[in-house]
Amino acid sequence: MDFELNEDQIAFADMARAFAQNELEPNAAEWDQEAIFPTDVLQKAGELGFCALYTPEEVGGLGLSRLDASIIFEQLSMGCTSTTAYITIHNMVSWMVASFGGPAVIEQWAEGLASGQLLGSYCLTEPNAGSDAASLKTTARRDGDHYVLNGSKIFISGAGSTDVLVVMARTGGEGASGISAFAVDAKSEGISYGRKEDKMGWNCQPTRMITFEDVRVPAENLLAQEGEGFKIAMKGLDGGRINIATCSVGTAQQALNKAREYMLERKQFGKRLADFQALQFRLADMQTELVAARQMVRLAASKLDKGHPDATTYCAMAKRFATDVCYNICDEALQLYGGNGYIKEYPMERYLRDTRVHRILEGTNEVMRLIISRRVLADGAAEL
Amino acid sequence: MKVLVAVKRVIDYNVKVRVKSDHTDVDLANVKMALNPFCEIAVEEAVRLKEAGTASEVVVVSIGPKACQEQIRTALALGADRGIQIETDTMPESLNVAKLLAKVVEAEQPQLVILGKQSIDADNNQTGQMLGALLDLPQGTFASDVKVAGDKVNVTREVDGGLQTLALNLPAIVTTDLRLNEPRYASLPNIMKAKKKPLEVKTPTDLGVELKSHTRLLNVTPPAERQAGIRVSSVDELVDKLKNEAKVLRGG
Ligand SMILES: Cc1cc2nc3c(=O)[nH]c(=O)nc-3n(C[C@H](O)[C@H](O)[C@H](O)COP(=O)(O)OP(=O)(O)OC[C@H]3O[C@@H](n4cnc5c(N)ncnc54)[C@H](O)[C@@H]3O)c2cc1C
Ligand SMILES: Cc1cc2nc3c(=O)[nH]c(=O)nc-3n(C[C@H](O)[C@H](O)[C@H](O)COP(=O)(O)OP(=O)(O)OC[C@H]3O[C@@H](n4cnc5c(N)ncnc54)[C@H](O)[C@@H]3O)c2cc1C
Repeated sequence: MDFELNEDQIAFADMARAFAQNELEPNAAEWDQEAIFPTDVLQKAGELGFCALYTPEEVGGLGLSRLDASIIFEQLSMGCTSTTAYITIHNMVSWMVASFGGPAVIEQWAEGLASGQLLGSYCLTEPNAGSDAASLKTTARRDGDHYVLNGSKIFISGAGSTDVLVVMARTGGEGASGISAFAVDAKSEGISYGRKEDKMGWNCQPTRMITFEDVRVPAENLLAQEGEGFKIAMKGLDGGRINIATCSVGTAQQALNKAREYMLERKQFGKRLADFQALQFRLADMQTELVAARQMVRLAASKLDKGHPDATTYCAMAKRFATDVCYNICDEALQLYGGNGYIKEYPMERYLRDTRVHRILEGTNEVMRLIISRRVLADGAAEL
Repeated sequence: MKVLVAVKRVIDYNVKVRVKSDHTDVDLANVKMALNPFCEIAVEEAVRLKEAGTASEVVVVSIGPKACQEQIRTALALGADRGIQIETDTMPESLNVAKLLAKVVEAEQPQLVILGKQSIDADNNQTGQMLGALLDLPQGTFASDVKVAGDKVNVTREVDGGLQTLALNLPAIVTTDLRLNEPRYASLPNIMKAKKKPLEVKTPTDLGVELKSHTRLLNVTPPAERQAGIRVSSVDELVDKLKNEAKVLRGG
């Protein structure tokens, strides 16, 4: 077992860090306040390879491991949590299209998504199907060489500004096995977008509702086979959970770095904050928990890379643990800033707002516990 | 046209430099190292010459312990074609570097050699000049613009009084200033490809150079800590202090 980064991973991380420091961090506060979706920076990110990290090489991706991707996303999220989180969703879409699309889908979209010329959205959640995603109601009815989509999706990241939608819709009976996945042109006739949601965080990416009204989708846009949609949606989310957890780790690291600097400068009671042992110990705990979260995320990524049978459980544990622990680290770091932590001139309150949603989306942390406990209680199951 | 670029491994510019407690040197233990920023600009310029069709091959050379291969790989990821490492135990001083580079130039016969004007660790600003002297080649230092035209290269130099443009006969030596270009990021695919590019390792003995010490490092001290400021109550007091305490104003 080797816990050290290899030469490539160090080089990837160095480059991602430089990109985050120069292109993301100086703009993150403005993007947040003005709710700007930085498509020009996403283009640049695409040119450098960030838009298709684990997409197969044959279709323009880099074919990297999930572990490599996590190492890279962690650095990016230190510069801007919300932009990086969107980039991770885009990566998930790029991977799904390239891995499960037929020749026509690949021909039309795979390279564009891999290069970031085209942006993607992942459309699973519905107004009445959130945690219970398998109860989704959007339908895809076969009509000749097309499917016709009807229904609505809610809280879709990037919606209205993206080009390709991966949509989970019902082609069969109730439950997960009746669901299929489609790659859909975001500008298709019959698609309408709701207003941009006014959110607590993740402000530099739009979140919208999408309504499908008799949207005709060529049959060849089906991903994998009919009835396999839920399975591949969950496969996408295994990696997605590692990514979101990673964004929490990177943000918490940045919050910790800032708190450390502040403690070395700020003086009260005639001493630097860094000289109070109560605060030193807080910092020690934050650092310890951060490393634990990071290692858990990397372990899950490695399980996914190796095709471990319990990869899904490890991804769920990593997502639950890292997003909770890192949110608390951001909160503690804000606390160490005193009143300044609450003021928007400093980034601490943004870190908190941006990482809050990581405990809710891509499966809430309660749903993660569902997945984990189901596995722990399974009959005759081996120890994890 | 072949372009040779010399690159150096130095402490990363983001790192807050610490001096060893015994004052023998800067503390490099567990410190992030990087490509010297001026060398990065040199690589970028060479790669741009190649992209413009002016250069046919870009060769990077670095001198130092094995770890400096990391910086060669960085240069290869930025677009250089192949690398040469000249293996030494420690970082040799400028004249030794210039002598080693001179041998590489004799072997490789580049038309243009680009170096950083200085490295941000020792700030010597002399290797390019020494190399020019050893090889008896024309040099354009502190370049903010480089244009190859036929068998000449026009180099715009940042000098105290403004800008000076020289036409040098090729082969020539150029050292880069900060404003020459803005280096790109190495893309992830190029970082991966860099691993497959050739990297040759040589020793000073292979090149027939004997390393000699011409200087001895006596002591390294950190800059004085900045003192807290004081508030002055009037312009007169300020002028008085500037004259009599800081001694930055004279006369009256
Ligand atoms: C900013 C943002 C971006 C998003 N982006 C996307 C996107 O791009 N694509 C997409 O498809 N979706 C997206 N979502 C949707 C997100 O995945 C859902 O909000 C999430 O899955 C929770 O569903 P819900 O909101 O319906 O909450 P509910 O399912 O109604 O849950 C409410 C609460 O009940 C708990 N709960 C529910 N069921 C159980 C149970 N069985 N046991 C215990 N507790 C339970 C939940 O954990 C939660 O705390 C996004 C959401 C947000 C806020
Ligand atoms: C929105 C807002 C409204 C406010 N309104 C008012 C108002 O109306 N009137 C007013 O007078 N003030 C007001 N304040 C100021 C507020 O009371 C201070 O921010 C608060 O007392 C903390 O002081 P500080 O910001 O200087 O933090 P600091 O004192 O610098 O503290 C920074 C961190 O160090 C910790 N710390 C400091 N000393 C020690 C120690 N000895 N041991 C352990 N930990 C220590 C603190 O707990 C904190 O976590 C307001 C602040 C905000 C953000």
